[in-house]
Amino acid sequence: MLYYTLKRLGVAVLVAITVSVLSFSMIYLSGDPAVALAGEGASNEDIENVRRVYGFDQPIIVQYGSWLVQALQGNLGHSNYLKAPVASVIFERLPTTMLLGACSLAFALLLAIPLGVVAAIRPNSILDRAALSVAVVGQAMPSFWFALTLILWFGITWRLLPITGTDSWKNFIMPSMALGYYLTPAVMRLTRAGMLEVLSSDYIRTARAKGLRPMTVLFKHALRNAIIPVVSLAAVQFGFMLGGSIVIETIFAINGLGYLAWESIQRADLPMMQAIVLVLSIFYILLTFLADMLNAFLDPRIRVA
Amino acid sequence: MPEKPDSKRVLEVRRLNVEIPVPGGMLRPVQDVSLHVDRGETLCVVGESGCGKSLTSLAIMDLLPSKANRTCDEMQLSGDNVFHIGERAMSDIRGDRMSMIFQEPMTSLNPAYTIGNQLAEALQRHRKVSSDEARERAIYLLEKVGITAAASRLGQYPHQLSGGLRQRVMIAMALMCGPDLIIADEPTTALDVTIQAQILHLLADLQREFRMGMILITHDLGVVARIADRVAVMYAGQVVETGTADQIFNAPQHPYTRGLLDCIPIPGKTKRGARLGAIPGIVPSLVGHMQGCHFASRCPQLHEACKMKNIDLLPTAQSGHVCRCLLTQGSDAAARKAEGAVS
Repeated sequence: MLYYTLKRLGVAVLVAITVSVLSFSMIYLSGDPAVALAGEGASNEDIENVRRVYGFDQPIIVQYGSWLVQALQGNLGHSNYLKAPVASVIFERLPTTMLLGACSLAFALLLAIPLGVVAAIRPNSILDRAALSVAVVGQAMPSFWFALTLILWFGITWRLLPITGTDSWKNFIMPSMALGYYLTPAVMRLTRAGMLEVLSSDYIRTARAKGLRPMTVLFKHALRNAIIPVVSLAAVQFGFMLGGSIVIETIFAINGLGYLAWESIQRADLPMMQAIVLVLSIFYILLTFLADMLNAFLDPRIRVA
Repeated sequence: MPEKPDSKRVLEVRRLNVEIPVPGGMLRPVQDVSLHVDRGETLCVVGESGCGKSLTSLAIMDLLPSKANRTCDEMQLSGDNVFHIGERAMSDIRGDRMSMIFQEPMTSLNPAYTIGNQLAEALQRHRKVSSDEARERAIYLLEKVGITAAASRLGQYPHQLSGGLRQRVMIAMALMCGPDLIIADEPTTALDVTIQAQILHLLADLQREFRMGMILITHDLGVVARIADRVAVMYAGQVVETGTADQIFNAPQHPYTRGLLDCIPIPGKTKRGARLGAIPGIVPSLVGHMQGCHFASRCPQLHEACKMKNIDLLPTAQSGHVCRCLLTQGSDAAARKAEGAVS
């Protein structure tokens, strides 16, 4: 188990380094950063000054090194637009996005796993078809459209839920549904396929031959094995949700990381975008690592690998 | 509890049929199968692949696939009806009064739980015992089935054990509640030859020690000769001959049984270089209704009458020995048949 943990941790660190390189190179995406920083109509002398002050004249590896050291110390740069340290702005917004992501994931899992199990108990029955329809609709419907529909019904027609902001838990219901529903089909299908496979396995027959109750067979013996791939998917999708919340946060005017990213793109606030990409990537890596650990916990066979 | 008059009889099955709808019609893999097992007795069910041995055992356990439909005149476990009593009542009996060991030890244990968990669960489902008591019973039985360091094995997962060890665990699991009847469906097929003998001896020893009834399903006649009290030979969904091991091996009546025994080389008897016996032809399809003897298409002693009508199990000269063949000797039918065959 220790060996496995160290191995996965090593992989995570390697990926993090790769991501940091990519994130760093974003500075050069829009051409010469010195020209961009000096602004329009700057003289060659000014540009050279900026280049020297910001260290753009240094070899690229040195630039990366000093950037990395700064980043590790929590200094992710300075937003030219907001006139504030990038890190403090990001960590102010992060909890909101995390909360939204967690609620969406919970919504998706609570909807998709029971649907998948029910569908697998009687494949090709009406229940199975119904569950599949729910999933297909989720897959086919753009999340922004679903979000607007929710606003129209729950927010405007019936006036049940607030449309914008983050004042209370009620504000999170619609965004979580909109964001989570997108994930439902994949989780539901994976649960269904996993359950179908597991339910026809020999050890389920053994469990029944022991006289175990149908519910014990279903949940203790079948779901426990069928859920393993779902855990990996869910963890990775949680990372995707942090990024995917860009649309949903914009629609519901939620002051999260996604909304910040959208604003920064519009303002061409390069340091901010760079930092958001980096932070989200690190989260993604952490989640993948967490998924590996959870998998090892659930499946004893992985632990020795 | 007062002894029931027929309490020696552990299992009584009369006229069991299994039907499975398939695209081409109705598959009848088990037809008119009657079996009985007494306390402390080993019944071996033999026959080639696809003859309905495994489905018969699954039908007795009520573990058939949901598509399959079974009918039966009588199915009693130690005198109690166990046919169509509902899943709830049946699950109370499964694993408690009758249990089963499967062919595939590698995949028959749940990979996500420890051996100890899966053993204890079998007992705790049927008895009100503490987890400590269940644990002790598990250790006791693991030692009984010849697993060393039993206590430390409880924390291990199935993938950490070899096939032979896993089958021993399966046997221990089947014994957790002290069943009246144990059904072993080709328990050694997936194992090494050296392990096969060990497992079979173990099963025979345990059966004797716990005075259980045992049904051993196998296609290995060598196994049968060593541990069977009685033998039921199955062919194409039917029991074609049943009797004591001695009767079947020394005075086989049915042409199929004789053909089967001819296929086995006997050291010292079978000449070097001589061809081993083989039964010509192939097993008939069991889809739809079949007229007459199922073995008719391959039988070397075929008569006109064999194809006319279905044949019942007929008594032979010896008691307890019955045979599904018109030529059965010692019965009235054989005499009648002999007359008919002349014409």
